[in-house]
Amino acid sequence: MRAGLVCAAVLAACVRPAFAEFKVALVLDRGGKDDKSFNTSAYEGATLAKKKLGVFLKYVEVADDNGFEPMLRGFAQREFDLIIGIGFSQREAIRKVSAQFPKRHFAIVDSEVTAPNVRSLMFEEHEGAYVIGAIAAMTSKTGKIGFVGGMDIPLIRRFVMGYEAGAKRINPQIKVLDNYVGVTSEAWNNPPKGKELAVSQYEAGVDIIFAGAGASGLGVFDAAEERKKFAIGVDANQDWIKPGVILTSMLKRVDEAVFAVIQEAQAGKFTGGVKRFGLGNKGVDYSFDQYNAKVLTEPVRKRADELKAEIIAGKVAVPDYYKLQKR
Amino acid sequence: MKRIIQPVLAVAVGLIAGLAVTWGAGENPWHVFRILVKGAFGSGYDVGMTLFYATPLIFTGLSVAVAFQAGLFNIGAEGQLTLGALAAAAVGAVWPGLGSPLAPVLAGAVALAAGTAWGAIPGWLRARRGSHEVINTIMLNFVAAGLASYVALYMIKNPDSQNPETRPIGAGYGLAHFGLFGGAPVSAALPLALLAALLVWILMGRTALGFEIRAVGQSEAAARAAGIDPGRIRIIAMALAGGLAGLVGIGEVLGNSGRFILGFSPEYGFMGIAVALLGRNQPAGVVAAALLFGALHKGTAELDLETEHVTREVSLVFQALIILCVSADGVWCWMGRGERWSVGASERGAGGAGGREMRWK
Repeated sequence: MRAGLVCAAVLAACVRPAFAEFKVALVLDRGGKDDKSFNTSAYEGATLAKKKLGVFLKYVEVADDNGFEPMLRGFAQREFDLIIGIGFSQREAIRKVSAQFPKRHFAIVDSEVTAPNVRSLMFEEHEGAYVIGAIAAMTSKTGKIGFVGGMDIPLIRRFVMGYEAGAKRINPQIKVLDNYVGVTSEAWNNPPKGKELAVSQYEAGVDIIFAGAGASGLGVFDAAEERKKFAIGVDANQDWIKPGVILTSMLKRVDEAVFAVIQEAQAGKFTGGVKRFGLGNKGVDYSFDQYNAKVLTEPVRKRADELKAEIIAGKVAVPDYYKLQKR
Repeated sequence: MKRIIQPVLAVAVGLIAGLAVTWGAGENPWHVFRILVKGAFGSGYDVGMTLFYATPLIFTGLSVAVAFQAGLFNIGAEGQLTLGALAAAAVGAVWPGLGSPLAPVLAGAVALAAGTAWGAIPGWLRARRGSHEVINTIMLNFVAAGLASYVALYMIKNPDSQNPETRPIGAGYGLAHFGLFGGAPVSAALPLALLAALLVWILMGRTALGFEIRAVGQSEAAARAAGIDPGRIRIIAMALAGGLAGLVGIGEVLGNSGRFILGFSPEYGFMGIAVALLGRNQPAGVVAAALLFGALHKGTAELDLETEHVTREVSLVFQALIILCVSADGVWCWMGRGERWSVGASERGAGGAGGREMRWK
């Protein structure tokens, strides 16, 4: 009798309630949760959803590029309701796993996967970079600005192309230097190399560097502080990291995109397909807060906002590396 | 018998110590252990993934073991497998129209050849120029990584992907997956790895060449006195080691991703050193150790999903503790029989290659 009671108690403890909470899995890219940039932004969006919407959240960081698929699959097998892959590296893995688990919902940032149960969250980086380029050109005193990219890939080239176009809009004679940390995914997480590249650009007369390099950008900020020059952050609002040194950050609201997809999925309104985030819906933007209020001057902001309005109204065609790539 | 009991004991002690670490991190060690076992063997798919991870480790473990037998320390398995995989992917990308069964055989042969060549270089440098293979194999790892990046990014880049990877190989190259494992990419590479272990066993224990390799490994002077050219043997041993590592490309490129992806290997080459050490440089031991490490690699991945505080990096802690226990050989001898630790085993250099425990029986 007593044994029966114990059994029942154990069973009751094990059985999930029928109204189980909504389970969200977040698979981060190589940069990791604390890159203070791309992955941090994604993590913050998901954490906000945990707080505000009461979803159950589990996140993982993956050690090698072959590790994504087992992770995604592990979450799908554990019946997570929404599985979010951060970064284009997971495209193949999401494509495979989403086909094997058609009842689970997936989302991927920065890459397109065409499947009814996958939402692709794409950002119009070139639009944001255009405004950033203009801000850099207006602030630069030497007429030379720089860009330090993480991995040399089309996504990052898209940043550079927009950045350069924006800068030339303000000052057609401006020189834009660009360097890349590497060609493998380790390039997102190599601050010393980022610093090295930044120092050599500052040596070459550059006075503002836009860092589009994930955690490697932290090295660029160090270099800027040492040389008393400006740096520009990316993805998350990075102005707070070194106030007064970071001129502004190009916001890529991965956090909002992640939060929105969780919210919709929880409400049972998940849909597949591509969702784009540009200047128009504030998916990309530049940052202005108490940390950079002293360095980002009002006339510069005013002009930047004018350019933003022009792009949103479709009056300026910002060159898009993705479109130029397609033959 | 002792040769089997010691590694098994070492594994047990290593696992217990590793679980104690997870306990220190605030997890229930029994719970962690169950996750590990379930993660590695819980379903057909899990077993398949364990075997998938074990396959390259068999190849790299054999690679390191064969070099050990010749008294050489092959730290270059990572570079050799990189080039093997790259070569297989390159053949598949450049001639995509080739049909099965010729296509996979050709790609496999090219992977073997590329690894062999990359292994023979430090062998030759050691034999004819006297420069140490440890230094050379490490340096060649970097050269291989650079070469692979260049080929993958500038020569046969996949235009449809932002990942640093080569164009997909033709359909005729792909190896089918065994149906038993619920979709896990277990291909013909696994039986090939077991066959390689068998062949290495025959070569080392039953042929004149194997005898010569072991002779050079145990005493160069004695081998020379017996009329063996140690230089020639070293080149052959390193070429063989490189070829074995190069075969990793078959399971990865032909059996799994269908392309060469930069950074696909979670350092299989370096894990191979641990596998060879744990397997006492015997083919059967290498296979067993590779299975264990494959299971650890798969099992610990689940820790990320199932626990709050422990991540898969603990897999490295387990591996390190097991290796520590295996290499604490003197302690085992002292505890077991009161035997004295023989200095000969460690003085031979080359990372302890040769010596009593490394002897082939």
